[in-house]
Amino acid sequence: MAYYRSTILVSMDPVCVRKGAVQLKDQLIAELKAHDLLDEVEILDTARIGDPESQGPDILVYPEGVHYVALSTDNIRPLVEEHFIKGGVMQQYSAKLRDITDDEVREPKEKEIRVILENIGKIDPRNIEEYIAVDGYQALGKVLNEMSQEDVIQTILDSKLRGRGGAGFPTGLKWKFAYGAKGSPKYMICNADEGDPGAFMNRKVLEGDPHSVIEGMLIGGYAVGANQGYIYCRAEYPIAVSTLNIAIEQARNYGLLGKNIMGSGFDFDLEVRMGAGAFVCGEETALIASIEGSRGEPRVRPPFPATKGLWGKPTNINNVETYANVPRIIHRGLEWYTSMGSEKSKGTKTFALAGDVAHTGLIEVPFGMTLREIIFDIGGGIKGGKGYKAVQTGGPMGGCLPEKYLDLEVDYETLGAAGSIMGSGGMVVMDENTCMVDIARFFMEFTQEESCGKCIPCRVGTRRILEILERICAGEGKPEDIPMLRTLCSEIIQDSLCGLGQGAPNPVVSTLKHFLDEYEAHIYEKRCPAKVCRNLISFHISEEKCTGCTVCARNCPVSAITGERKQTHVINPDFCIRCGICEQVCNFGAVEVN
Amino acid sequence: MPIINSIDDLKRLREKAQKIKKLRDQSGKTQIVVGMGTVGIAAGARETVKAIHSYIKDNKLSDIILRQTDNFGLVDQDPVVKVIMPDQNEVTYAKVAPDVAKRIMQEYIGNGNVVLEYKISE
Repeated sequence: MAYYRSTILVSMDPVCVRKGAVQLKDQLIAELKAHDLLDEVEILDTARIGDPESQGPDILVYPEGVHYVALSTDNIRPLVEEHFIKGGVMQQYSAKLRDITDDEVREPKEKEIRVILENIGKIDPRNIEEYIAVDGYQALGKVLNEMSQEDVIQTILDSKLRGRGGAGFPTGLKWKFAYGAKGSPKYMICNADEGDPGAFMNRKVLEGDPHSVIEGMLIGGYAVGANQGYIYCRAEYPIAVSTLNIAIEQARNYGLLGKNIMGSGFDFDLEVRMGAGAFVCGEETALIASIEGSRGEPRVRPPFPATKGLWGKPTNINNVETYANVPRIIHRGLEWYTSMGSEKSKGTKTFALAGDVAHTGLIEVPFGMTLREIIFDIGGGIKGGKGYKAVQTGGPMGGCLPEKYLDLEVDYETLGAAGSIMGSGGMVVMDENTCMVDIARFFMEFTQEESCGKCIPCRVGTRRILEILERICAGEGKPEDIPMLRTLCSEIIQDSLCGLGQGAPNPVVSTLKHFLDEYEAHIYEKRCPAKVCRNLISFHISEEKCTGCTVCARNCPVSAITGERKQTHVINPDFCIRCGICEQVCNFGAVEVN
Repeated sequence: MPIINSIDDLKRLREKAQKIKKLRDQSGKTQIVVGMGTVGIAAGARETVKAIHSYIKDNKLSDIILRQTDNFGLVDQDPVVKVIMPDQNEVTYAKVAPDVAKRIMQEYIGNGNVVLEYKISE
């Protein structure tokens, strides 16, 4: 067996080939031969090393890990002499190597199981060969060589994979409908709109492991009989879009997209379509309208996209994470996959922890883990050791769940029964200093703005709810507001055309149910128990604690504080805007909020 | 551009890709670094490298990185070889001719016994 002390990787990316990579490689072999180095140094092709926009073909030399660019065939003899004989690095041609480690996805905590996130930061997403090294496209090979369309659909059905976009519809069943639908051509769509604020699981997968999604769409396309797919990616993710395009191009170059894939006779190709900033375009029919070139407005269902979707043809639309699960299920098998998760939902789910929790960011756990384990064991509990108040799950249309739900085992049905949703997997943790009425108002503000306006219950109803909530937070709440809110919520949920309207009242409904006392305090006592709503709080300086150091007066943005040095300072309530800066800068804790 | 026309093509590509991926990970491996430069080469460092290389190949040793670097600058000591074993201190050897290199491979890398006559203290 040969032993090589050094390996040279030559990028054979088409851009590098145009710049002379093949000639460069031949020259390298010739020079190494001339110096009697061929048994010590190995040369291998690879897909991509750096940015092909750099000059000249790229090479990477191990074990030093030196990345050389801007080489021409004239430089090769000096390079071989300098680097491989004399042992020095030719600095004028060396370039910094792209770091692939990811600081947004941390090392997993003990209770996590990483599947969808396992490759992020471990492989270079812009080099298809690294995905292939970790068994990428093996599942596709198995599917095209050994499995019929019905086999694939049955496998996904048996896996109990549920749509990760939020609704949790069994993916196998969705594919079965599209497979059985009449019409041609059929389409696969990937929903990469990820509109929930604070959710970035899909973005990480698209940026760090794009081929897992491409492979999932290929397998799905084969199963349902589609030959064309679209990835609808929000415009706010330019890196994801460019990484996807690089990955698609490489997959085409390697014969994994296009005609007669792996000699199977199956054709499939993909295109990226960008969104334009609308939250509602995460809703599948609005998304389809957007791809068609219309304004993103949802349509009545039935007919569902599986029967009549893109351009009226049978269309299967799934979330990024749903597709990313597919190759792993096929390659690693049902026994492995179904060993994780709960009775009704198998596998893992990514979550984005946000808010007042110690460790924010992405995690991945099997279904059935309790909220307590997720927030306290993995999330590290509430920041600053404060008390836990509630967690909102699923994004801006999720319900807020107080302490008594902490032992809830996270699953689609359990969250639904508790008055919340799984959604995309966002979890906003709130501590004791959160005003739940303000939270309801905050999320209603978001969903109201994103309402497309097509149906009256959502367009007008959410605006009315927002007005009422804003009045309550401003201290102008009336007793009839609470029954009015309840009526509005139930009507909007019942009568809205799409999930946005149906979900928008959820935060209001759940906070009315679990935190009614806060609403009542705002309305009847004009008091905000959490001391958040600006119109209902006032700032005072305690005589006992104030040392007259003047720090607060100097930092007040509206000059509302007066006082002599070493004398108790006073806040003028007519000027005070309740911004809270004086409380933050005071070193003696003398500022009190009532 | 290697086109994948069959599942066998894919499997072959996977093997190559896995080999390349392993190159990035250098942890847990023994490193043998030989100082080169024109001074080192004049003292015979090329032959030393070749000797170590043959030894590794013939004895089918694994998890060893054999590296060259510019001259260490230790006057009159060439060829100089540094051996860094995982979890151990660096040991530097001087005047390592091919036969000495072979001894170091057998006695130090093989059995963990430092070849004291050639070791120089840092």
